[in-house]
Order: sequence, then structure tokens, then C-alpha cells
Amino acid sequence: MERKITLPLTAELAGSLRAGDRVLLTGTVYTSRDAGHKRMCEALARGESLPFDPKDAVIYYVGPAPAPPGAIIGSAGPTTSGRMDAYAPTLMRAGVRGMIGKGARLPEVAQAMQEYGAVYFGAIGGAGALLAECIRECELIAYEDLGAEALRRLYVEDMPLTVIMDCHGGDLYKQGREEWLKEHGTAR
Amino acid sequence: MIREIDSGQVTDLVEKLCIETNVYLPEDVREAIRKAREAEDWEIAAGILDRISENYELAEQRHMPICQDTGMACVFLEIGQDVHVTGGSLEEAVNEGVRRGYERGYLRKSVVADPVRRGNTGDNTPAMIYYDIVPGDIFRVTVAPKGFGSENMSAIRMFKPSAGLDGIRDFILETVENAGPNPCPPMIVGVGIGGTFDKAALLAKKALLRPVGSSNPDPFYADLEREMLGKINELGIGPQGFGGRTTALGLQIETMPTHIAGMPCAINISCHVTRHGSGEI
Repeated sequence: MERKITLPLTAELAGSLRAGDRVLLTGTVYTSRDAGHKRMCEALARGESLPFDPKDAVIYYVGPAPAPPGAIIGSAGPTTSGRMDAYAPTLMRAGVRGMIGKGARLPEVAQAMQEYGAVYFGAIGGAGALLAECIRECELIAYEDLGAEALRRLYVEDMPLTVIMDCHGGDLYKQGREEWLKEHGTAR
Repeated sequence: MIREIDSGQVTDLVEKLCIETNVYLPEDVREAIRKAREAEDWEIAAGILDRISENYELAEQRHMPICQDTGMACVFLEIGQDVHVTGGSLEEAVNEGVRRGYERGYLRKSVVADPVRRGNTGDNTPAMIYYDIVPGDIFRVTVAPKGFGSENMSAIRMFKPSAGLDGIRDFILETVENAGPNPCPPMIVGVGIGGTFDKAALLAKKALLRPVGSSNPDPFYADLEREMLGKINELGIGPQGFGGRTTALGLQIETMPTHIAGMPCAINISCHVTRHGSGEI
């Protein structure tokens, strides 16, 4: 069963989510990947504010394809989250409570997620056309020179996501595989 | 007889293939996804495979890229030795095709000009071009856009010959295990064994061009392909790494002779959006 959730990602909402939960997410998210994260963390280090209010915000790790005529955005699936691991704890400290991406995270990120009550959602990697369908609004808000890596504000409706890591230490990458191996026998 | 080909024809074909390969998933990959879905009894995994199928169908309907990572354009040219390309540089003709394809197809430009100092080139060039000179007057172009979520999980190792087949078996499983959820599983695994350091890597990439589910003509390697695909699909990583049977859709091995002192082995990991398309002039 998929659960419908609406942003902002408050402490209460984040606390209610568990690894393995399938959700349909509605609300405003911000896009950023490697180069954008570097800039945001440099801005925070200089004591400057971010181009958006980070409180209870959700960042989508995506560099979309250009919008074809008549569309607001091109294909927009997640990029590998691990490349943002160096920056994620700093952004959580600033208030960011949710991340959407794909792939494994470092233990430091899992720790910071528990400390700040954050959630890591997985979007289906490689499903860029399907995910673009959920994006209703798209506005470029900063770092335009970064092209696909610029910072965009998106309004998404019923975006299909799976909770990969929750703020209680749950991790679907570990649990999902363990459960499958328990049923089917270990391989090695 | 020398056959002349105008470089403009090369540009046109490369442009067309860049767009088509990014929008239409090849039939062999679709078939592999369908088969995997039938064999998948794990609920979360089956759900992911359904969404993956919906995605490539939607991409085709909307004429938009299957995945936003429209890749680096890997271009393989098979050029008959009786062909003469006129009207300008062949390399530039290929790059112009990539430039136009990525602009006109609304594909993402994902190439940086310098590996350390970065800086997007803005037009997805340069292409990664490989030239094979073959007998006759054929001119065949294959475009295989390659995303880096999976490329980053690839690996190469220079084995001692004494490591034998078991060394290769372990290396394949170790590489897939290490890739885990990062390369957007279900993945396709290209294995290159033999040659030199560089040739092994190229063999692994060329293995990904073979139709998924096809077997190496040598029964020894065909058996190894089946065995290793089976073992990978017992790891439990599953689609997207959420657990399940379908960790890989296919595994293809390509080999060539090597030195008495060595056994290079390269593994090129690809995702469920493994794209390739060919055309001839």
C-alpha cells in the first residue's frame, strides 16, 4: 500500500516514516547535485543563507534533461546520492530534513539523519520519464550557470518513492536484501 | 573500388542514433525485463520492474529520454578498408552528430572539458570514438550512450594466471556486490577477459553491445555466462537494491588472447537502461 504524504517534512511526519514504506509525495522540493551542493556548503561556511529556506525542506538529487517544447521539464530521475554524502550532514544541520536519490549512503549520513530526524527517499533510478510526469511546476532559482545542475524549485504531485533510510536507523538496502536471502537462502 | 562517403552522412546518422537510442529502449533489453518480471516472486521487486516498464513505454509515447542521464556518447565505427570519407574530418563529423543530436533531441549535456578542473562543454562532446578497420566497403555506426551511475561501479583487475577461473568468478561477484544499489539495478554486466589492460576494458564495453540474453559462441564462456548470471541473481540485491531476485538482466563475456604472464579482467557495469543502436551508410 502506498501512503500519501504532503510536505513540508515536519519532524512528526519524518518520525512516522519507516524504511520500506512506499509513499506518494506531494509538495515543493529543491533540485541539487554535485556542483550545487558544493556551492551551498560554501555559502553556509561563509555565514550566508541558502537560496531557499532549508527548514523541513526536501532536496531531490537530480540533473534533469532539458524541457522539450510544451513540457516544463525533461526526464528527471534521481542521480547517485553517495556523491552528496560529503555535503549532506551540513545541509541537515541547516534544517534540510529530506533527501530523494538512489544508492548507498555513508554511515556518517545515517548518523546525521538520526541526529536531525531526517529521511532518505529512493526514486527509481532510470525512470526519468515516469518521474517527470509527477512534476507540475519547475522554476530555476539559483546557480543558472550550472545548467542541468542549477538549483530548481519543483512542485511534485504523488511522486512515487520508497523510504530507503529512516531517522530511526532503518535501512531498506540492508533489510530488503536480508529478508529476501532469509526466504531464498544465502548465495555465498 | 573505393567507395566514397560524405562526412555529412556520418553526422546525420550519428545525430539520428543519439536521439533514437535515448528514447527507445532496445527490444532485447525490453524482453529481458519482461522475462525477469515473470520470474520475480518478490513483491517490492515486481513493483519496481512494473514501473521500469511503464517508464520506457512512457518515454516512447512522449518522445523523451528514458533516463535523464543521456550519457557520454560512445560511438563505434566499423569502417571498410575500401571506404574513403570525404568532406572533412571524420572525428569532427561524429562530434557534430552528437552536438546536433543532444541539442535537437533535448538530451542532457553531461560532459565536462577537464576531468579535474571540470566545466561543462555544453554540447555533450567529445564523443568516445572507437574505430575498427574491417575488410570490404561497409560503414557501420553504433551509438551507445553510457550513463555514469553504472560506469562508476565498473572495475578492472590484472590477475596472475594462477588465479584461474575462480579468480574471475569471485571478481565478478565482488564487483556486483560492491556496486549494490548504485548502478540502478537490475544491471547488465559486461566482462572482458584477456588482451592488455586497455583492451580488456574495451572488450567489457563491447560485451554490453551484444544483445542481452545472447550467448558467447564458445560453449566454455557461454556456460560461464549462465553460471555467473545465476550466481548474481542469488545475491538478493534486487531491482534498485530493495531486495529481490532480479539483480542482473544479463551478463556477457568477451575474450581475446593475452600474455603468458597475465589474465586481465575488466567488468563494465550497465543499468536497466542499456542503450545501443546501429545504422549503415
